[in-house]
Amino acid sequence: MNALSKDQTMSESTTLETTATNKLVGTNLRSRDFRTGGVFFEVAKPKLEYAWDTGKAIGKFLTELKKGKIVGTYCAQCKRTLVPPRMFCELCFKDIDKWVPLKDTGVIQTFSVCFITWDMKRVKNPQIPAVITIDTVHPPEAGSLDKTTPGGWRGGGFMHLVKVKDWKSLKIGDRVKAVWKPKAQRKGAITDIKYFEVIK
Amino acid sequence: MRKVAIIGIGATKAKAKTPSVSYKELTYEAAKLAYKDAHIGHQEIDSFVTLAEDFNEGTAIFDEYTPDQLGAVLKPMQTICHDGLVGIANAYMQIASGLFDIVVVESHSKISNIKNKASLEHYALDPNWVAPLNMPAQTLAALEANCYAQSLSVNGQLKEALRSVVTKNKSNAKKNPYAAYPQTVTSKEYEKSPSRFTPLKDIEIAHHADGACVVVLASEDRIQKSNGSSPVWILGAGWSTETSEIGSKDWTRATYAKNAATMAYKMAQISDPKKEIDFCEIDDTYAFKELQHLEALGACQPGEAWKLTLDEVTQPNGKHPVNVSGGSLGMGELLEAKGLYQVLEIVSQLRGQAGKRQLAHARRGLAFAWRGVPTTSGACLILGAN
Amino acid sequence: MKPYRKVAIVGAGITKFVHKAKETPKELSWAASKMALDSSGLKLKNIDAVVHGTAPDAFDGVHMKGEYLSEGSGGWNKPYLRCYVGGGTGVFAPLEAWYHIASGAFDTCLVVCEEKMSSCQPHPQSAFINIFDNFLERPLGPNLLWIFSLEMHRYMATYGLKLEDIAKVSVKNKKNAMAHPSAQVSGEITVQDVMNSEVLAWPVHRLMVSPTTDGAAAVILASEERAKQLTDKPVWIDGVGWSLDSAYWTNRDLSFPRYVEKAARMAYDMAGIKEPKKEIHIAEPYDPFAYKELHHLEGLLLSDKGKAPEDLALGRFDRATGNLPVCPSGGLLGVGNPIAAAGMMKVCELFWQLRGEAGARQVRGKPRKAVAQAWGDLMQVGTVIVCGVN
Repeated sequence: MNALSKDQTMSESTTLETTATNKLVGTNLRSRDFRTGGVFFEVAKPKLEYAWDTGKAIGKFLTELKKGKIVGTYCAQCKRTLVPPRMFCELCFKDIDKWVPLKDTGVIQTFSVCFITWDMKRVKNPQIPAVITIDTVHPPEAGSLDKTTPGGWRGGGFMHLVKVKDWKSLKIGDRVKAVWKPKAQRKGAITDIKYFEVIK
Repeated sequence: MRKVAIIGIGATKAKAKTPSVSYKELTYEAAKLAYKDAHIGHQEIDSFVTLAEDFNEGTAIFDEYTPDQLGAVLKPMQTICHDGLVGIANAYMQIASGLFDIVVVESHSKISNIKNKASLEHYALDPNWVAPLNMPAQTLAALEANCYAQSLSVNGQLKEALRSVVTKNKSNAKKNPYAAYPQTVTSKEYEKSPSRFTPLKDIEIAHHADGACVVVLASEDRIQKSNGSSPVWILGAGWSTETSEIGSKDWTRATYAKNAATMAYKMAQISDPKKEIDFCEIDDTYAFKELQHLEALGACQPGEAWKLTLDEVTQPNGKHPVNVSGGSLGMGELLEAKGLYQVLEIVSQLRGQAGKRQLAHARRGLAFAWRGVPTTSGACLILGAN
Repeated sequence: MKPYRKVAIVGAGITKFVHKAKETPKELSWAASKMALDSSGLKLKNIDAVVHGTAPDAFDGVHMKGEYLSEGSGGWNKPYLRCYVGGGTGVFAPLEAWYHIASGAFDTCLVVCEEKMSSCQPHPQSAFINIFDNFLERPLGPNLLWIFSLEMHRYMATYGLKLEDIAKVSVKNKKNAMAHPSAQVSGEITVQDVMNSEVLAWPVHRLMVSPTTDGAAAVILASEERAKQLTDKPVWIDGVGWSLDSAYWTNRDLSFPRYVEKAARMAYDMAGIKEPKKEIHIAEPYDPFAYKELHHLEGLLLSDKGKAPEDLALGRFDRATGNLPVCPSGGLLGVGNPIAAAGMMKVCELFWQLRGEAGARQVRGKPRKAVAQAWGDLMQVGTVIVCGVN
């Protein structure tokens, strides 16, 4: 294993340049190659269905959403409100101390205006995803633009959609409020909140 | 090379379903137990390794959701798509390289959340050459079982040996508080068990279970500074893949197992495994696999494992106990966490903490796990009390 | 920390990066591996272990994709494993292989990364819908672009950055890539071209986005002793670092990639680098979107926070004239983005640059220390490698 065998001579440099471009492997196909029978291919549509256990934290979060409420959990050690809620603080690595009610208002920390669907089709009415920190009822305060601790915003929040008449008027730091589905239509899902809208 | 040991391990009881907890909560429970067992705080851990596959979870790039439930935020953390034993081998290499002192390995199964497992298994088949045949993936195991049977000189005794493996492992599971499928298997039950993929009977196939297991490893010098539970040393590790091409693989002798074990024995400086290994946890996803793997690992000559079994050598009170934990047949098929549950048993035995399952001579244990159909990948780990 | 053994890169190989490859995933892996082996003078039988890096299984369309790719990657009856940290995989795979050797367990390792995104229909982008949280995000119908546009907006707003300054990254990298034989989307474009390209998810314009790509790249690693037998120009792996942040959106300020900083510090410490701005001669940060190159340069401590666009505009990162050439390869924006293989392309680039073998892309002045970085998952893994020659 230690001595050089005859296979292991000092290599001559084989660089990317000495391997000329036309020797690099990689043949580009065009869409029409598939349509005209120029290439063989096999099509499969896997049927993969999952029913994920929500567990305690998300289970309760969704149950409360159905009631038209946002809740979080609280870690007394790092003094963070955890939203989305979890049963343990991931920074302190301990069980959380209690469940806390939250408001359904918050602050936009960033947003985008998306004109493309998940499969790259263009749409006329853009979606506006945003990261929103949710206001707490009791201290500590929810995120404002400048509060960034090693654990991020003390208040926590999540990604959701924003609806606004003119997206060009939207700004980071705008305050928003959840617009809920009517009670009868809520089923315990993040979409029980239809979207957030800007409030003064 | 730097010496490395397991200083803590924690696991949840394997269960057919775990509806009250998410995978994060399940893993957190195992991690809490492991860190308590190791007498460490999460901040002391240098690096983390998860064993997982995207489609088992139903999430693309599952790696991104792994740190929180281990207390690994902003730490070195990675996912390897292999059995837990390879995770432990990686933790070993990370520590032996001098880069880290304490490394944690995690794996879990939440397979109860997959609604159509057969579809999932099928999706692992070669998309051009095998999948279009529309046969269930487990057919490959059935075909191999036939090849294995035909390779033996005395066919008739194989069936009895298979029944003995099933009975032994499910019975062993009755003494294992972590096992999901403890059972006293009667002759009648065995005979009546329907054929799933001939010649594989349903009772010979491990049923899936949920569970999470977390293992804490540390370097020798780090161990000397602490006062945790007695360390269990990594003596040898090996892993090997033959090929994914079913036309080229070994259909009889589990070459992947032989190669993985050879590597592990070399590292552990073991020349006669029959003498130097006291007990083992060997992959029994299908009952015939326990026999085939035993041979490949060198416990006996090829084709002789049925004798070993019928002579009761592999019983808990035998000369060479195999799957005292219950194996996958008794504990449940736990996906990538399988090897970690094997290690759980070995560590319990080596520490003298195995309760009703405690073996009298437990100083060196071997774990061997296979990744299941359609793979030819396996990993081997040898652990010792000193 | 003194690693047990020094490890070097002794060979590299790559395929063309194309939009829809005729070659199968195994064939792509094979081509890159074979070229890497040939360039090192080793045969497969001399390889002790194989590490494969590849990202979502959903692209190639095979569950347990690593197993499927094994023999295309030289993993025939060998210790073979697949590691996976999303887009960070391309730089992580060599780190994984590094400790295979540094630990003393193996002397040589073949590391190959492959991605065939085009298999995924209707569009490879659609595979990314499942990276979002299954309970709280997927029901919103999210889109991969959201991840980038949300972060890019925050970065711009925090530091008052202009789109035109970010667009310069696309211009630089696509131009650099014209000298890369594998390049998929190289060319001479202007800032105005970028600004005129359609807005996909504001503030992201189409020409700020790397393409979907099929391709593979590979390197050969060897222990110090073997490396010295094989070549008189080993490229040493001086530093390794990786870090994974929590996936929760509000756990950090998106304007700074602190997980890249953590990984970079780990790698710099190991490499004995105290002033990266001065001591690093070449940087290959991960650039799937134009702003990411800048974002990552700051995480790599090669630019002050919020200052990378200014450094770029001042020409500091120019390949021919800058004092810290950035993405001399052409990056993902110019060469292509086969997710895992993209990061490996950057590692290959360091290999060729440090040996003076980068042809028309060669950074002058005998560069001796270089850094490559990749990023991925739900935008929170940083993987960093520092390489050097004597």
